[in-house]
Amino acid sequence: MFSNFDFDVIRRSLPYLFLDGMTFTLTLTALSAVGGLVFGTALALMRLSGFKLLGRIAGLYVDLMRSLPLVLVIFWFYFLVPYIGQWLTGASRPIRVGAFTSSLVTFIMFEAAYFSEIMRAGIQSISKGQPAAASALGLTYSQSMRYIVLPQAFRNMLPVLLTQTIVLFQDTSLVYVLSIPDFLGAASKVAQRDGRLVEMYLFAAAVYFVISSLASYGVRRLQARIAIVR
Amino acid sequence: MKYNWNWHIFFEPSPNGTGNYLDMLLSGLVLTIETALLAWIIALVIGTIVGVMRTLPSKTASAIGFCYVEFFRNIPLLVQLFLWFFVLPELLPRSAGLWLKQMPNAPFWTASIGVGLFMSVRVAEQLRAGIGSLPRGQKMAATALGLTTTQAYRYVLLPIAFRVILPPLTSEFLSTIKNTSVAITIGLIELTGQARAMQEFSFQVFEAFTAATVLYLLINLVVVIGMRLLERQVAIPGYISGK
Repeated sequence: MFSNFDFDVIRRSLPYLFLDGMTFTLTLTALSAVGGLVFGTALALMRLSGFKLLGRIAGLYVDLMRSLPLVLVIFWFYFLVPYIGQWLTGASRPIRVGAFTSSLVTFIMFEAAYFSEIMRAGIQSISKGQPAAASALGLTYSQSMRYIVLPQAFRNMLPVLLTQTIVLFQDTSLVYVLSIPDFLGAASKVAQRDGRLVEMYLFAAAVYFVISSLASYGVRRLQARIAIVR
Repeated sequence: MKYNWNWHIFFEPSPNGTGNYLDMLLSGLVLTIETALLAWIIALVIGTIVGVMRTLPSKTASAIGFCYVEFFRNIPLLVQLFLWFFVLPELLPRSAGLWLKQMPNAPFWTASIGVGLFMSVRVAEQLRAGIGSLPRGQKMAATALGLTTTQAYRYVLLPIAFRVILPPLTSEFLSTIKNTSVAITIGLIELTGQARAMQEFSFQVFEAFTAATVLYLLINLVVVIGMRLLERQVAIPGYISGK
């Protein structure tokens, strides 16, 4: 069954797969995770702020994003981002947006919804005494969030946030639907060019498996180390 | 350049000649639901088996369960679908591979089974957590009453564990529905696929995607309401949100 397996096609395409493909995937994952976390925390703060309208808007956004399949959201933003760019810059026509920017915007907006739910749970897990003590010490709301609540929430939720980032790493493969050469896209291009689907897809699966397994093993180790004994 | 909205587009005939664009989207909706239901049945059956295996005292059983979960959890769904669709037929003996390739509706079956296996891991993990959350006394009492392990799971542990994990199972079912859209890459023209096709034929991008969005929201609503009713039906009085 593996008799006519061509390992050489993998070796030949390694530089392209990793220097181009995997770099794209990892950069997209890292930037989306950071952006998603920032926007997600903002959304969580909006929902917990006590301003009804702000909370309602953030809640609607989160629910909307979480009800839609990522593939549909990728298509949405692929066509929407040029118009958003036009609106932001005041240009006379929809601006041209590169593949990377478009997918980055998509993943930040999409992941923000998921990160916001994690951060909301994290903030709610902080005992009421903490912000109460902060305000007794004369800290303002934003100071108490910045110095007391968010650091603890972030620390408590770090394993969950990292697990979500591993999911995000796997989800970036979906930019395939826009024919963008991320790691899977690159593998698929070589596969179709050389007629070597079996080798390339098995190799891609193995690479994703190794990276995700190692990362989740690391998260489990971290979780054991930072868990606060209560 | 301004975008020209045209909401009447849904009632214009679609190029595939079987009706208007709305019919096209609705046929995609039906396919999404069919794929998701079949995938969900597979996920529940296999997920239950694997989830139970991981809680058994047998080391072998829980090791097999662990490997299964790790395999399906650490490979992106899209890559898994490619493995089943493009790679599996090549690795099988010639005749079996040929049979797979010539199977009618291959994308539908591949998508259902692929998404089903992918989601079975999530069901297994939820069930393992559910069984783990039960007081140890449940299992002990079952054993003390003379029930075999199979009977203890069948009559004591699983009926309670499934009730405990019903809310997270709802969101896993919603994920199953959403994940069927990944099958667009192996040629399954479900709801997202039909919206994409409509966009390509009619150039009315935002109308097409808005319609798909509304339909997905409707599915979500129906599932959430349905599961709430089910939760109320199966609630045990005096136990877990029971009255």
